This record gives sequence, structure tokens and C-alpha cells, in this order.
Amino acid sequence: MVGKAVSARDEILARLRTALADNPPPVQVPRGYRRVDDRSDVIETLVDRLEDYRAVVHRGIDALPRLLSEVDRLAVPIDVPADWLAGYAGELHRDAPPLSAAALDDLDAVLTGCAVVVADTGTIILDAGPAQGRRALTLVPDRHICVVRTDQVVGLLPEALTQLDPRAPLTWISGPSATSDIELNRVEGVHGPRRLEVVLIGSGA
Amino acid sequence: MNPPVAPATGGGRIRTPLPFPTAAKPAVADTQLRANLHRATRTIRAKRARVVDEVPDWEALRDAGSAIKADVQRRLPELLEQFEASATAAGATVHWARDAAEACRIVVALTRAAGADEVVKVKSMATQEIELNEALEAAGIAAYETDLAELIVQLGDDTPSHILVPAIHYNRAQIREIFQRRMADAPADLSDEPAALAEAARAHLRRRFLSARVAVSGANFAVADTGTLVVVESEGNGRMCLTLPETLISVVGVEKLLPTFTDLEVFLQLLPRSSTGERMNPYTSMWTGVTPGDGPQDVHIVLVDNGRSAVLADPVGRPALSCIRCSACLNVCPVYERAGGHAYGSVYPGPIGAILSPQLTGVADNASLPYASTLCGACYDVCPVKINIPEILVHLRQQAPHPPAERATMRVLSWVMRSPRRWAAALRLARAGAGPLGAYRERTTGARTLRRLPWPASAWTRSRDLPLPASQTFREWWEKQ
Repeated sequence: MVGKAVSARDEILARLRTALADNPPPVQVPRGYRRVDDRSDVIETLVDRLEDYRAVVHRGIDALPRLLSEVDRLAVPIDVPADWLAGYAGELHRDAPPLSAAALDDLDAVLTGCAVVVADTGTIILDAGPAQGRRALTLVPDRHICVVRTDQVVGLLPEALTQLDPRAPLTWISGPSATSDIELNRVEGVHGPRRLEVVLIGSGA
Repeated sequence: MNPPVAPATGGGRIRTPLPFPTAAKPAVADTQLRANLHRATRTIRAKRARVVDEVPDWEALRDAGSAIKADVQRRLPELLEQFEASATAAGATVHWARDAAEACRIVVALTRAAGADEVVKVKSMATQEIELNEALEAAGIAAYETDLAELIVQLGDDTPSHILVPAIHYNRAQIREIFQRRMADAPADLSDEPAALAEAARAHLRRRFLSARVAVSGANFAVADTGTLVVVESEGNGRMCLTLPETLISVVGVEKLLPTFTDLEVFLQLLPRSSTGERMNPYTSMWTGVTPGDGPQDVHIVLVDNGRSAVLADPVGRPALSCIRCSACLNVCPVYERAGGHAYGSVYPGPIGAILSPQLTGVADNASLPYASTLCGACYDVCPVKINIPEILVHLRQQAPHPPAERATMRVLSWVMRSPRRWAAALRLARAGAGPLGAYRERTTGARTLRRLPWPASAWTRSRDLPLPASQTFREWWEKQ
């Protein structure tokens, strides 16, 4: 009998089923690791970890106007809170209509919020949600100023994952762009933003 | 026609062209290379130890990681079907490739369909394995590596020698020399400071990132229940490739699956600390199919077998598929530290390569690799997913072809050692034979040992001493007490 050619998909699945002919027993995954942090000083841990990876940390919304005064041309997502920009006198570029990659490359900095932050690893997670915009926005400009509300900070990585929607494009950022490719020593500043500045504000702000 | 269902071995850059001892010889004699490797592996070992020590539940994370991967292997066919359905529902197109050649054909066809004659690449072991750059070049498509170490290797017309840091065999001065020779836009006064070299790479690739239409990546993890792909990186070249081009093609080995999005909570803790020795790598990107208005709108995933079904078919060797390519085992391996990655021939060097490559190709095609180890076990201790590498090495040594003389010798030895009487008699005989050699004492310790035996036993003493039997055995001594 001449049948049609077997698809790669079916052939690979059949190979894998044959390979499992020994019928391995079911596996119970032991989840004895920490899923919730019992630390009380989560914010202090976060600051320590951010600074360890050469991010610059500023405290309070009052730090923003001074930071922004050094920025001539600023990119922002369309839904950036108005009070973050209070008194900003430079060129403001809202991402609507979407800025081209070349246009973003000409700007000095981008200002965004974030979704969740992991203190234990100093990791800021963006999920394209409120005040974050699309991924290119926080990638191409050389300086990323990110506003973090203290109620967005969790202790451990497993706590952060439960707050994320896997269908959203997610970017996890731990310090500025870096490489360890030369003699395995860490050097900051390759293709991503070479400066990461974090503005920590209270949860009410 | 019934589907041919036998698990199949793979091709690509996973075969060692020379036996390991032959390939390792020039590397071991290269003092500059050994100094570079010694310095780099010592640096990374210390960094890893520091960040692993600060995690109180590290062992619990390893146990979970190991079990999740065992579960993935057990349910691989159904998880792949689930991943395909989730990714497709999210707007990705899933392709399947039986082997390296088929995977390359798919990527070439997709690149042409996008109307591009160049691609930017995120560092990926899978695309190195299938020799994608060579296939693209043969099809008239230029492939630009964007990871700093891959760029160094590509500009130097070299091949990677480490999973994480493909250019680990170069020091800063050698890297500057490669940049000055091959990077047309490198500054004339380029120094060998790592920061200056990184800056040169940034300037060199900037325009290419902003104009690229097609990117090719691998993936560290593929999540079955959501269809999400995950790429873990440091420099931002990954984000550039995964975000700016219109078309994104990801080449993913079938073993890269995780059952659920939640399982990332284990692996994103294990991987960065084990590989770069950081609490977290600078950038991790996750995408699920297509997001309208954000990132590539033409998203493809190529699922590759290329020998993985053959690895899965061996219940003892199967855990090699748990590997998350952290390279912690390379960095602690005394053999890797001295021989370097090129001696292993395959894109997968070091202890994991010594068990993975022979299983992907079939042991007969990589028979020397399971012996590229002292079985010291350091690799097993640091493995974040607890792959028992020494056990699999011994298992593969048993499968490797052995010369008839060795087989005959082992059969005789086995017969002798099965009976205490025969064994005692053999020892007496050995002692009598060694008697006249009693003068051969090792100079510093005074131990009775032979440095050189005549042929054919010289094969043994070429790289080892042969200790002579003691003048009385423990049993003889005991009887006299």
C-alpha cells in the first residue's frame, strides 16, 4: 500500500513514543523550596541588589524632576501618569503613533513604570501593562528611568510569577545591560540601556 | 505505509572528528590557552559558589528542577502536542524538524519567504548544533551573530569552545586583535579594556539591529501550557533580536519543554546562578505567539529532534535531556580546564558534552568522549538539575566499542576475580613476577612503581604509573597476627 509521506511532526512524535516503551513511572515534583519570603526588609534588600548590579536608586517622587532635567529628549508610553512629568521642560515624545526604532535611537531616555519587582534578585518585570508601553520603548534609548511603587515589590521570584499574565510580552530587567564574555568578568553596557535608574515611590503616589 | 518509528540519531556539529586524546594534545600543550581557561574557569567557579551559597533552599530547588525535567521526559509527546496547540492559538506557526538538515531547510525557506537576505542571531546552542550559519550562507543569506562571544568567534573564523561563553579560550588582548583585524568599523585606538571592547561591539551592531527584518533565536525554555518561549541573556542583543525585526524564527530542541508557566519559578532561580554566577541575568524575555503592535508579527517555532529521541530511548542516559545548558559542569571539570572545549569536537563540550554528544550521534560515532573524564564527580555536585554525569559516563563506556585484546583481557580478569582462590594465586604469581623489579622505586616517595612497561603494556604506562604489588597482602599479614 502506498500512503502519503509521513509528516515530520508525526514521525517525531512516534519516535518519542517508541523511546518511552519502558513506560517510566509517574513523577511527584517535590516543591520544598521557598515560595513566599519571610523577610521584613524587602525594600532594603531590593535597594542592595539593584545597587550591587550598578542600577542607580533614587527615593521619592521628588527625585524625578531633577533626573528629568538632565534629559533633553524623553520617550514615554502614552499612558504615563501626568504627575511624573510635572515641570518637565524638554522634548517629550509619546509613543503614539509608535516611534520607529531609528526615532527611539535618537532619544536620550525613556520613562516608564513596571509590573512587579523581585527584591531577592533585584529584578524589575515589565508586562506591557499600565505606564510601560511596548518592548522597544525600554530597549532602544540608552537610559531607562523606571518608577517602582513599593507595593509592586515582592520578596521572591515565585511570588512575582503568580502576578504575571504569561500571554503578555514579558521583559525581566536586572541591572543595566552587561556582559561576562571577556574573561568571565562582568562589564556593564552593551546593547541594552547602559544606564538603569530606579525611582522608588510610596504605594500611595 | 506505517510511520518509521524507531528513535533516530542526529547530525550536525556534534561529532568529534578526532579521538579526544588526539584532539586534546595540542590544547594541553598550548600554555596561553591553558592560562586563559584556568583564569576564566576559576573566576566563574568563585562567582557561582558565592551566589549559590546565599540561597538557603538551593538543594530543594535542584530536587524540584530534576523532578520537573524527569516528568517532561516521561510525558514528552503529549507536552509537545500541548505546546504546539498553545503556541498556535497565540498566533505562532510551529514547524517540526527530524534532523539538523531539515531544521536548516525550514529556516532558509522562512527567511526567503520574508524576503530577507540577512538575519540577526541570538546566541543559541541549537543553531550551532544544526550548523545553521553554514546552511544560511550556502543559501546566500548572511547570518550575523550578535552575542559578544559569538561575534568574537564568528569574526575569528573559529568555533565555540564553551556553552555559555563561546570565546572563553581568548583573553582580552586576543579579542582586541580579532576586532582590529576583522571589524571594519573598530576604532583605530581600540584598547583591550573589556568596557572598550564591549563598546566597539555595541557600535558595530547598532545599525544592523535597527534595520534587521528577520531574527533567529533559540530558547532556554518552552512552556507547554501557555505556548511561551523564554530567552535568558545579558547584553540586550537578545531583546533587540526578539523585539525589533518583523519575523522571528526560534529553533528549539524538543527537550526544552516545561509543563507549566509556574515551573519557571524553579528554573529561573537555578539557571542564572549556575551559569554566569549572578542572582539574575540582566535580561530575560518571554513571548507567547504574536502580540499585536508589540514585537515581531510573524513568529515561527522550529521544534527539532536531531537525535533527542535516541537519547530518550535509553532509560539510563535519558537524564542528559534535563540539561539546561548552564555550563557549571564545564567550569568545574579538571579535564575541560586543561583540554578546552575544542578537543570535544562537538558544540557540547565538557562533562555534559561527553554524555550528550555520544548519545545524540550513537556511541560508536563518538566513542572516545565517555572517556574524557576522571569520574571525579564534581560535575554532578554542581549540576542544577542533578544529572548523574559520572553514572552515565560509565554506562556509555560499557556501550563503546572495545578492542578485541582489551575484551579478552577483561574476560580473563573477570574469571580470575570471580574466585578467591584464583585471585590469591594470581597475586602470588604477580608478586613473584615483580620480585626482580623491586629495585624500581619511585624517587620521591619510595613507592614501588613502574614508569614504563614494554609494548603492548606500554599503552597502559604511557599516561600512568603501574604500582607493583605489595610484598605481603593484608590477608597474609592478618593471618600472622
